[in-house]
Amino acid sequence: MMPELGKYVVEVLLAYAVTGLLLAGLILSTLWSSRRVKAQLQDVEGRNKDQKKNG
Amino acid sequence: MSLWEYANPRKFMHTSGAVLPWVIALAVVTLVVGVIWGFFFTPDDYRQGSTVKIIFLHVPSALMAINAWLMMLIASLIWLVRRHHVSALAAKAAAPIGIVMTVIALLTGAIWGQPMWGTAWEWDPRLTSFLILLLFYLGYVALWAAIDNPDTAADLTSVLCLVGSVFALLSRYAVLFWNQGLHQGASLSLDRQENVHNAFALPLYVCMAGFVALFVSLLLIRTRTEIRKRRMNALLARERAA
Repeated sequence: MMPELGKYVVEVLLAYAVTGLLLAGLILSTLWSSRRVKAQLQDVEGRNKDQKKNG
Repeated sequence: MSLWEYANPRKFMHTSGAVLPWVIALAVVTLVVGVIWGFFFTPDDYRQGSTVKIIFLHVPSALMAINAWLMMLIASLIWLVRRHHVSALAAKAAAPIGIVMTVIALLTGAIWGQPMWGTAWEWDPRLTSFLILLLFYLGYVALWAAIDNPDTAADLTSVLCLVGSVFALLSRYAVLFWNQGLHQGASLSLDRQENVHNAFALPLYVCMAGFVALFVSLLLIRTRTEIRKRRMNALLARERAA
């Protein structure tokens, strides 16, 4: 299945590995940060609602 | 319906929430198809051998490195002229994506350049302007982080973005301005004689579409996160004042 990359096998695989790692890091940090901020906002909004209820 | 309606954070959150799954699906499909097509099903180039497969990462990431900055420029101009917070937050959200795209373009270019040019780096006009663009990206993110007042930060980063746009444009057109560089001109051109062969061009178009869709997906998620952060800070400030 692996294509024949000849004498440039290291260069080609390195380029794909570096890109994959950088994109994976960007995607994971984006999703992690989104989830964290969403949870924090829900918490603060919940507190805010309770404060309004209690006057 | 006016475009400016999306400057309303509530409207933006509603619309972007509906669009996001479709853009993510498009990004996944085009990236998977494009990369598999490019890596497994394209022939070697008669001069560059198998290193030509790096084009499917290098060109789309370079494209997005420049266009992310141009998107930030438009968003910054909207902030400066119309003071819409969503546009300032969208520009802020785009910067880390632009940094990663620029780093990928520089690294894959260096990996490709070593066997083809005999050097991983040369102070060539396009390479140098790309490196300066990366420094502008880093400066932009650092400036946002250094200023507490978000409106002041948006003002100053917008001005920085205007200045950096010169280098974003230079990194695209440097080859035309100075001919002495190692880097070739446009990889894809409307001029038939300069065109990349269809065996490489078609998967490259799919990869480019994939990188654009990935950029839009990440931009929407990050902008939504910035809007939520802003709302959270406003609520916390209200709590402290009470």
